Amino acid sequence: MQIQIKQGHLIDPANQVDKVTDVFISDGKIASLGKSPRGFKADHTIDASGRLVLPGLVDLSARLREPGNEHKATITSETHAAACGGITSVCCPPDTRPVIDSSAVVELIHQRALDRGNARVYCLGALTHGLQGETLANMHALKQAGCIGVSNGLLPVANTAVLRRALDYASSCDITVHLFCEDASLRDDGVVHEGIMSVRMGLPGIPGTAESIAISRVLQLIEQTPCRVHFCRVSSAQSLPMIADAKQRGLPVSADTGISHLFLSEVDLAGFNNNCHLCPPLRSDTDREALRKALAGGVIDAICSDHQPHNADAKAVPFSQSEPGASTIDVVLPLALQLARDGVMELPGIIEALTARPAAIAGLEAGQLGVGAVADLCIVDPDAPWTVTEDQLVSTGKNNPFLGWEMHGKVTQTLLGGLPVYPADTDHATP
Amino acid sequence: MNDSNIQLDDNGHLKHFLTIEGLERSLLLNILETAETFSGVGARAVKKVPILRGKTVANLFFEPSTRTRTTFELAAKRLSADILSLNISNSATKKGESLLDTLHTLEAMHCDMFIVRHANSGAAHFIASHVAPNISVINGGDGRHAHPTQAMLDMFTIRKHKPDFSKLRVAIVGDILHSRVARSEIHALSILGASEIRVIGPRTLIPWHIETMGVHIFHDMNAGLKDVDVIVVLRLQQERMRSALLPSESEYFRLYGLTEEKLALAKPDAIVMHPGPINRGIEIDSRVADSRQSVILQQVSHGIAIRMAVMAMTMQSQSGIQPEGGHADPD
Repeated sequence: MQIQIKQGHLIDPANQVDKVTDVFISDGKIASLGKSPRGFKADHTIDASGRLVLPGLVDLSARLREPGNEHKATITSETHAAACGGITSVCCPPDTRPVIDSSAVVELIHQRALDRGNARVYCLGALTHGLQGETLANMHALKQAGCIGVSNGLLPVANTAVLRRALDYASSCDITVHLFCEDASLRDDGVVHEGIMSVRMGLPGIPGTAESIAISRVLQLIEQTPCRVHFCRVSSAQSLPMIADAKQRGLPVSADTGISHLFLSEVDLAGFNNNCHLCPPLRSDTDREALRKALAGGVIDAICSDHQPHNADAKAVPFSQSEPGASTIDVVLPLALQLARDGVMELPGIIEALTARPAAIAGLEAGQLGVGAVADLCIVDPDAPWTVTEDQLVSTGKNNPFLGWEMHGKVTQTLLGGLPVYPADTDHATP
Repeated sequence: MNDSNIQLDDNGHLKHFLTIEGLERSLLLNILETAETFSGVGARAVKKVPILRGKTVANLFFEPSTRTRTTFELAAKRLSADILSLNISNSATKKGESLLDTLHTLEAMHCDMFIVRHANSGAAHFIASHVAPNISVINGGDGRHAHPTQAMLDMFTIRKHKPDFSKLRVAIVGDILHSRVARSEIHALSILGASEIRVIGPRTLIPWHIETMGVHIFHDMNAGLKDVDVIVVLRLQQERMRSALLPSESEYFRLYGLTEEKLALAKPDAIVMHPGPINRGIEIDSRVADSRQSVILQQVSHGIAIRMAVMAMTMQSQSGIQPEGGHADPD
């Protein structure tokens, strides 16, 4: 099939493209930009005037809940939500049930994604068996099975010797370790950031040092073993200078933050809003501003959805009993556009943090639209207004902390390998 | 940060009583005045007024309590309500019933008011935002968050002795970190205009960022007690030793136990309060607890009047009841 996308504003940071042009797609790949290739005859033409044409987003962390928690969400439901949100590649953390610590689970997820998925699904394998933090998972086998990295999910590796060996072993397998850093003893029974709201609400707090101490521990370990480490969901201002310094000294580290942490803070917990019960916790306004600056300055490489869909019951309990996590896959793109409007950084830089940079961290060729690249892309009406309501959310998880917010920007089309996945022929969802 | 909207109806009347935070000074004064009209009821030959006749109040205590539960019970009875006291910590939830299901079951019994005590901060907010609109929720203590009726009965007690809040210097001593009483008192005192609120305790028992609530922090008991008018001593729970917050009871008593010598640093007419139950010899010396300056037992009896006031006021928002003790004898 040959598709011509006419007169869209193409932003492809990996190839330094930022202009209105035509995109020609042939056999699922970018055939040419601007000028029609010889013999090109469009089967299908998309008028993208006034719209953005972007590489499909690469999400470094979205929980699809399958296998094991299909009552919350499924690969079908969440990759459909991803496609509707312009996300074409999704990395799935290993804390499924069973845990992704064997190639059988990887194959199961890959197969289901192939059969019914509307996005490419990549797995992060387990760093330790069962994520227990005690013995090493079969990292090499996981890599062979297609895992793009290993991770211990949201669970700590409390034993520093085990962590050291895990990093050493991962480096000998040449696999990136995605680490969510939090000192378990400093977290203790904490459920929110230790700050002005924890003291008022009487909720046990998690200090910012729970993160920065854990990051410092990892940085000292990788001084000796040059293991590639990706710091996941950085939330605390005091972690940022350490990461910046490590990068400056040439350590092979990268970092991301969840989209919610760039917009929300502890203040949004007021009234015991369970949808703002996140892990890591929403921190102070100062932390949020520091994260925005770190994104603009390149200390934070990537923005991910940190999508964690829940069933209603998981949140229909008092705050500290509710399961942490927010369903955010639907709102990544409009919020990212808002970052540009807020003046955090220019749009191409933000798009890079959603496409080329996470793709590089995951070792994927996705996230760019140069000639010859696979045609994973989305077309966006950058100003289309909409209000976040449960009905508008495509994800089956309605635990979205932005409910009631006015958004500007809506994906109008998503192509995966040159084929429409949103809106698809079988897709009856309203755009 | 303002949680008050959920507790007020469209006319600004108290529909639920969940937290002091965000309430107007006039509303707190109204609670104190209303309690004043009820304070004579207990001394009458017939200790009842018919204000809540025909109403059903359910005491939902998910956490054990003696004085709060019994004073709420007595308050409800003196208002002529029917009262159900459910010790839920031993029943349905042990069988795996969810909090929402327990609530809906009680709703089906046509209760008009829930008095809730729960170990989780925010539980009363959660319940208030999920119950049927005709039910009022009164927070009898949620986690470390709030204990608004305790704070109001303490304000009532303070006012009996020191009528002008603007001249008051109040010290709250002890385990502020785990104390819902301290949090509610800080809000109440600052809304009522106390001139200075101090919290005194070791760094481990003072929550970080509490200065943002407008208090002064003291780690030295002697400095903290100097010239105060009111001392609120908080209960110290045994498990604080196990979680490495304190080395020992004896060291705690030596540093922060309220003794006659330390009390002498406060103003000569200072009053001593404690939300109870007290640990003699741990946070307070017996001679202080039983002294003329101690108003601990007055607090308990004022608790009934305050709880009557709050119950009557929240029911007024439901059905236009006039929340007054009628022909009560003045104290």
